[in-house]
Amino acid sequence: MSPQPLDSLKGFAVTFRQIFRKPITQQYPEVKRPVYPRFRGRHRLWRHENGLEKCVGCSLCAAACPADCIRVVAAENTADNRVSAGERYARIYEINMSRCIFCGYCELACPFDAITLGNEYEISEYSRDDLIYTKDMLLAEPIKRVPVADRERYDTPEPAYKTRS
Amino acid sequence: MTRAPEWWVSLVQAFVVINLVLAGFAYLTLAERKIMGRMQLRYGPNRAGPYGLLQPIADLVKLLHKESFRPAAAIDWLYILGPFLAASTALATFSVIPFGPGWEIGGVWIPGQVADVEIALILLFAIGSLGAYGFIVGGWASDSKYALLGAMRTCAQLVSYEVSLALSVLGVVIMAGSLSLTEIVAAQAASTWYVFPQLVGFVVFLLAGTAETSRAPFDLPEAEQELVAGYHTEYGGMRFGLYSMSEYINLITLSGLCVTLFLGGWHGVLFTPDWLAPVWFLAKVGVLLYLFIWMRTTLPRLRYDQLMRFGWKVLLPVATVNAVVTAILVVAL
Repeated sequence: MSPQPLDSLKGFAVTFRQIFRKPITQQYPEVKRPVYPRFRGRHRLWRHENGLEKCVGCSLCAAACPADCIRVVAAENTADNRVSAGERYARIYEINMSRCIFCGYCELACPFDAITLGNEYEISEYSRDDLIYTKDMLLAEPIKRVPVADRERYDTPEPAYKTRS
Repeated sequence: MTRAPEWWVSLVQAFVVINLVLAGFAYLTLAERKIMGRMQLRYGPNRAGPYGLLQPIADLVKLLHKESFRPAAAIDWLYILGPFLAASTALATFSVIPFGPGWEIGGVWIPGQVADVEIALILLFAIGSLGAYGFIVGGWASDSKYALLGAMRTCAQLVSYEVSLALSVLGVVIMAGSLSLTEIVAAQAASTWYVFPQLVGFVVFLLAGTAETSRAPFDLPEAEQELVAGYHTEYGGMRFGLYSMSEYINLITLSGLCVTLFLGGWHGVLFTPDWLAPVWFLAKVGVLLYLFIWMRTTLPRLRYDQLMRFGWKVLLPVATVNAVVTAILVVAL
């Protein structure tokens, strides 16, 4: 232990040494850090293999949503207009992304795994109206922009509700 | 050997020097952010222009475009006067700092500083003290408790450390036997840089100067983590920019004064043709500015009682003893 003023001087050596080290900053828009595999980002609605929507318009997601950002208006499937696999389908399915807190409760509430949260997080817009995602937008394949980290690097297993068919 | 320049030479020179100092301020902010960034394993600003070189200009444009906001209950003419007072006094102090021996170009005499004053050192301290009014007036006229408290903190700190600062240069004045900065530089060229015989004075000057310009670790007047901002809490846009500018220009002036008093002014180490003198001066000022930035990244902020104890119980006695011992030695030898 040296006296305090000398200890303070040691700090100058520490800060000076750092100049010659490479900064650890990742230059974000150019370099994207891979997100955690279970990262909760933009939502996605799914279809069955035969093209029918998984969503049956039960509104359980809307009920579970703490931010109250999901709006579902259901309608009956008819023989000549068959949209979903169930009796009813979501005529309107909207998520207000400016309200969403990405908690994933909708995903947990859904009995048919129709809605999941993807990994995309670059979803800002210039207008609030553009942040209300319609059913068509949610059903479409999102533009993959986010690198996802290798799942093997993490010891948390994929949750059962995501691996189930 | 002082020659009075033509009046228009002084005018042009003042204009050029002010603009150079302002440009120096702009790029000092960039240099500070870059160096601090590298010391903290960051890049610092690197988006505006190559290597972030246009960042000061982007900052300036941003500040100029901001709304000239004013608290409703502020005393408007004092509120506006505050930053102007601070900035103009900061710029005025640089006028007496010599950066060269003076040049004869095409029969026109260009002096080495804007104003060669016999009592330059006293003038510099006097104008510098006047600058403190800018901070106090601005803080008081804002009609905000936080700005007022910040102004009081600034005031207390400036008053405490101004004593040590003035006493620390006394040794140099005694050795050179003059208050004129040109003569102090000449005296150093004749003997040696005063940093060697006046090492104690130099260290006291640096520490007190850091406190005078309210730089870390003495940046209590604007301690970001404790206060909102200090005396400029209610300022925004270019008025805030003027306050920020005055602080940085005070730092540049202080470094220039330190170079002039202790580090031989514009004289080089071995090789000083007249035309190279400003380069030597700039190089020395640059080293000192780097030291200030380095100090900011390294040392944590003092507590208020530590600040006062350090100023009154350490710096002031050391500066006084240094001045007395220098006086005795100069008389004895």
